[in-house]
Amino acid sequence: MNLMTQQERLRGELEELVERLGTERNALMPILQEVQRKYYRIDDYSIQVIADLLDIHPVEVHAVVSFYSFLDFKPKGRFVIRLCRTLCCDMAGKDRVARQLCNDLGIQFGETTPDGKFTLEYANCIGMCDQGPAMLVNDHVYTRVTPEMVNKIIESCRQVFGLHATQQPMEHKS
Amino acid sequence: MITSTCKNLTFETIEPWAGLKRAVELGQAGIIREVTDSGIKGRGGAGFPTGVKWNLCAAAKDPLKYIICNADEGEPGTFKDRVILTDFADLVFEGMIIAAMAINAPEGILYLRGEYTYLREGLEAQLLALRVNKKLGKNACGLEGFDFNIQIRMGSGAYVCGEETALIESLEGHRGEPRNRPPYPVNTGFDGHPTAVNNVESLAWISCILSKGSSWFSQHGTEKSTGLKLFSVSGDCDNPGVYELPLGITVAELLVEVGGSNAKAVQIGGASGCCVPAAEFDRKIAYEDIPTGGSVIVFGPGRDMLDVAQNFLEFMVEESCGQCTPCRYGNPTLLEGVQMLREGKCSAAYLNELVSLGGTIQIASKCGLGQSSANAFLSIVEHFKEELMGRTVGTV
Repeated sequence: MNLMTQQERLRGELEELVERLGTERNALMPILQEVQRKYYRIDDYSIQVIADLLDIHPVEVHAVVSFYSFLDFKPKGRFVIRLCRTLCCDMAGKDRVARQLCNDLGIQFGETTPDGKFTLEYANCIGMCDQGPAMLVNDHVYTRVTPEMVNKIIESCRQVFGLHATQQPMEHKS
Repeated sequence: MITSTCKNLTFETIEPWAGLKRAVELGQAGIIREVTDSGIKGRGGAGFPTGVKWNLCAAAKDPLKYIICNADEGEPGTFKDRVILTDFADLVFEGMIIAAMAINAPEGILYLRGEYTYLREGLEAQLLALRVNKKLGKNACGLEGFDFNIQIRMGSGAYVCGEETALIESLEGHRGEPRNRPPYPVNTGFDGHPTAVNNVESLAWISCILSKGSSWFSQHGTEKSTGLKLFSVSGDCDNPGVYELPLGITVAELLVEVGGSNAKAVQIGGASGCCVPAAEFDRKIAYEDIPTGGSVIVFGPGRDMLDVAQNFLEFMVEESCGQCTPCRYGNPTLLEGVQMLREGKCSAAYLNELVSLGGTIQIASKCGLGQSSANAFLSIVEHFKEELMGRTVGTV
């Protein structure tokens, strides 16, 4: 019996993905976005496979991944928390929210919790300037965040684990 | 929960698809004439006349052309496009269809910033409905031989991709580094085909202009800056939110409107815009005086302007694509200068050198981001020297 290695399985999945999204160069961003969403990272092996399938040099793919802040080589947590640090959110008190996030998660900005559940990052302006401090948790936006709300938001994310739910936290009612 | 305050917008009063109906009657040349007559300039901030852009794109000879809606709204302090895409997306799609008729484009792309991924599902549903209603697809809008489709493509967190050539690079699967212009996208755009890139708000206004007529639009505003404009207002004011106001309004009038009359300064145009001190509140917000994509950030009497300069420079250092030297090295040097000012260790001579470096960044950078990256710093130094110089650590 032949056992499939993890790499072989990944290659198969990437081949399917590329077949669906296209082998043209202009399909590269959607492909990478999908890989990031599904595997929480874009590793060297994926870069090589995608480059082969698109018939471009892997360094081309590497260059693209390194450019965009939502694409990453290193594994990200299941929940990526991005606190807006741009002026309006800063003026609205993002520093205290930042401090509380660090306290409650036990990590600094740019880090991922050891259990791989949360990554904490700063984002530049996320377009919630009239309702700061604001942050994104994956694709979900939270506005007028207070230090007190931080714990509730993190807990609502934690509830997702153990359920067969998606990676979206519950709607937070403020 | 994420709804911004916005009242009395023209967009609410527009009869759905009336603009499109009129566009069908007018035909290609008629649409471009109507848009040109309205005098509308790009609402993203660069202010290029939309009619001229479409005319150039329509004249380009290529069976494959693209109309791209730039929804990569990343300028600090701007959120009007989010509001439009949440509440008035059909006006934007209508504008795209009208644009497609005008330039004869079979393909449309909405480039949505990654930070707005939560809007995608709703937008896809609306597009699906348009396909079902035959507003999109083969012989779209009942026009024989007019095939038009719109797809959504996502950004991945890069401010510079709001620059149209960087946006196209990103769509093509490259790093979002702006190109040299010319050639302009209207000739050599996405995958080498003629491409018109228009801002979300511009396209929504196009639907209104076609529906209500070019003279309705041009009666508002000034001679050089016609029409109404959405402003995203935030910061130290009583009523932050989205406001619809005529171009040519003074800063003081705008502040009355939003409840920020005691402001010491206002940042118009975000991190790439300029900081207007109270003494200049009689200046006009218009392409000929203070141009803007609509970002208005109000600073109350207690704000430290050095914090403002630092935050904007940190933003630019982070978001510079790194392609050309003045922007890549210049902005970190300005940021170091801010740190020296903070510690009270910056001589007047060195501050002058920083200002001169800022001037170099403005003239020697390749793209709009680079050219405007030092603006905020320079205008703050110009108007608030008193506040910046001779600090003793820990004060202010």
